[in-house]
Amino acid sequence: MADLATPDTAVDPANWTCPAPLRDQPVVVMGHGGGGALSAELVEQVFAPAYGNPTLAALTDSAVLELGGARLAFSTDSYVVRPLFFPGGCLGDLAVNGTVNDLAMSGARPAYLSTAFVLEEGVELAVVGRIARAIGAAAQAAGVTVATGDTKVVECGHGDGVYVTTAGVGLVPDGVDIRPQRARPGDAVIVSGPIGLHGVAVMSVREGLEFGVEITSDTAPLAGLVAAVLEVTKDVHVLRDPTRGGLGASLNEIARASGTGVRLRDRAIPVPDEVANACGFLGLDPLYVANEGRLVAFVPPEHAEAVLAAMHAHPQGVGAALIGECVADHPGMVVVATGLGGTRVVDLPLGEQLPRIC
Amino acid sequence: MCLAVPGKVVSIDHQADPLTGLIDFGGVRKQACLEYLPDVRVGEYVIVHVGFALQRLDEESARASLELFDQLGLLEEEFGDAWEQAARQEKESEVR
Amino acid sequence: MKYIEEFNDPERAGRLLDEIRATVTRPWALMEVCGGQTHSIIRHGIDQLLPEEVELIHGPGCPVCVTPLEVIDKALEIAARPGVVFCSFGDMLRVPGTDRDLFRVKGEGGDVRVVYSPLDALDLARRNPDRQVVFFAIGFETTAPANAMAVHQARRLGLDNFSLLVSHVRVPPAIEAIMAAPGCRVQGFLAAGHVCSVMGTAEYPDLAEKHRVPVVVTGFEPLDILEGVRRAVHQLERGEHRVENAYPRAVREEGNPAALGMIEEVFEVTDRNWRGIGRIPASGWRLNDAFRAYDAEHRFDVSGIRTEEPAVCRAGEVLQGLIKPTECEAFGTACTPRTPLGATMVSSEGACAAYYLYRRMNAPAPRGSRVPQEEMNPVG
Repeated sequence: MADLATPDTAVDPANWTCPAPLRDQPVVVMGHGGGGALSAELVEQVFAPAYGNPTLAALTDSAVLELGGARLAFSTDSYVVRPLFFPGGCLGDLAVNGTVNDLAMSGARPAYLSTAFVLEEGVELAVVGRIARAIGAAAQAAGVTVATGDTKVVECGHGDGVYVTTAGVGLVPDGVDIRPQRARPGDAVIVSGPIGLHGVAVMSVREGLEFGVEITSDTAPLAGLVAAVLEVTKDVHVLRDPTRGGLGASLNEIARASGTGVRLRDRAIPVPDEVANACGFLGLDPLYVANEGRLVAFVPPEHAEAVLAAMHAHPQGVGAALIGECVADHPGMVVVATGLGGTRVVDLPLGEQLPRIC
Repeated sequence: MCLAVPGKVVSIDHQADPLTGLIDFGGVRKQACLEYLPDVRVGEYVIVHVGFALQRLDEESARASLELFDQLGLLEEEFGDAWEQAARQEKESEVR
Repeated sequence: MKYIEEFNDPERAGRLLDEIRATVTRPWALMEVCGGQTHSIIRHGIDQLLPEEVELIHGPGCPVCVTPLEVIDKALEIAARPGVVFCSFGDMLRVPGTDRDLFRVKGEGGDVRVVYSPLDALDLARRNPDRQVVFFAIGFETTAPANAMAVHQARRLGLDNFSLLVSHVRVPPAIEAIMAAPGCRVQGFLAAGHVCSVMGTAEYPDLAEKHRVPVVVTGFEPLDILEGVRRAVHQLERGEHRVENAYPRAVREEGNPAALGMIEEVFEVTDRNWRGIGRIPASGWRLNDAFRAYDAEHRFDVSGIRTEEPAVCRAGEVLQGLIKPTECEAFGTACTPRTPLGATMVSSEGACAAYYLYRRMNAPAPRGSRVPQEEMNPVG
């Protein structure tokens, strides 16, 4: 999509956009995996041109393909997390739920997964066993079958314990067309529950940052919630699970892909106290903190109330909230109305968020 | 500069060197160095920056500030709308 | 969180704003010194709520942004050496030196680690006796006691594998430099509350008197900032120029004596370059002779690295409110948030970065850049 490839030009009055930034970074830096601008540029400047096909160019969470008369959603993702086990889940839960959710964001009903392990020499088999059992349990909970898999081992020091890659396929129901390009001015913007829980839970046990907090990751499969929403209306415009880069990154991607603006109300965004307070002392913005069991939906305003009600009735959507709307103004930008009555711009984060001192 | 947030002292480890305590930031708990507030007590609020308690938070002053802000409103209600008042003053100064 | 939520209360904010509107009769230019205050102003849109007459000039108070290019180049050189564990506060990692940043050094194999506290770096030194652990000790007066404690402990514990790369800066000489600059427009200061939590307020009466400017010690929550503005405007309207403490819950006149004692024991005053501003006499601290052995610049012999600040950057003038960011030739071309030249573009709250973002929104930039309220609030 052309409007994705040139994110800054839509509102550029004086021809002073950022120069092609990969030139600045001749090596891969952590930010390339952070889900922000650097990740997007890696895809747009390295992968998309090399693979060059219209399906990939849509840059959605999962590709929707016509195959043998069926509409198939297809997605893959690699999972690396440190530590491997964190409050509320582990690498195995993420590996299933992440791919299931990417499929669900096309409106698909996920059916089959593959898993591929990269194991580091020396890792305890008990650890691998715990992760495998977590994958089994998560797959059962999400209603998908792990149909195939692979294992490789790398030398000690050449991997971070365990990496898992999963791929998944699912069927997209007739009449469903959900992708970021379909956001329209007037759409209601709904988030399915409190944000920031996964990111804060993982940070709380990360070496060098440890803090005590009684919250757990929100990792969960969202296919059931999506099915419940599609019961209300098939005319859902956009679904996105705000993982790396958080809600802020997802909304920016949608705004840029659709050429619309997004306006949020600060006080309507559900941020749990512990997330707000942890972000407070680390200097992070909850809007950029990762989630693993939330989705953001753009739906036509006439369906907003019914969609919210359907979410509230589903276990994964109890905390759903209407947080703003899609607008024609400031295309490509996300703007928040602050609690005091001012406004601020929520930009696409560059890479991963870092604790700040000032 | 200087992101510093208020938290409540939950416990103090007097054996630790430097002096260390557990601080609660509204459900988020983190160790902080208390060496610069050696006589701080459990239950008091402190201002923490990069893992150091730098100053006691004076709860009395905090209350006084909030009361002052509330009084700003009351004064207004007592003396009428601030805008009108300002306009009145402006007119008076023009007359003079 | 207690003592944060109360100071975010929209109703009280409205009262403070009403009071400011009722007090102000003509234009005033105030500088909030501290980057944390700028952050709060942008995050809550406070500059858009103030009456037109009150202009907030964003000061140089972000230690990450003002750390000179030369020191960053030294950090990059040290961090790239084998056997070194280079520890830093997180926000320092993406500040570019001449041709790369710490992220890139990490990507090329350097052992660069983010720590929350300098004591975490000290702990790494204790656990890795065969590695040289270097902590990037940047910051204003607020951070100095923490960094001083780390090196003090290192000496006490005999940890010879620990050192500091020091780039500490002090607020009062910067205020002095800003006021002394020709054409300075700043008429009042919102002084940095947490700096004063450590230092107290004794350094400010002379400044206020000499330059006849109100100095209001100000906190960081929205109500704190509005109260700082209210008091500064009140003084200005009456022709006064006093030091006031609008952040009494965290600031005592005498500061924190124990912290001041530790700073005194470890550091000594030195001249310091500020990125995008230039050299300000007596505006920094460095390790004193007793702690010289823990100075990474000496231990790694990087004193030969000399880097000039880019001449095209006019951050100094922007910081003083003398020019708008758009008047700088480099703005938006050579200088963007991704490739910043000066302090004001490095920080997302810096004046140039804020302008960049707002221009993208097709609105006039902050202060001058206010977004029409009725247009921006229909979600509410």
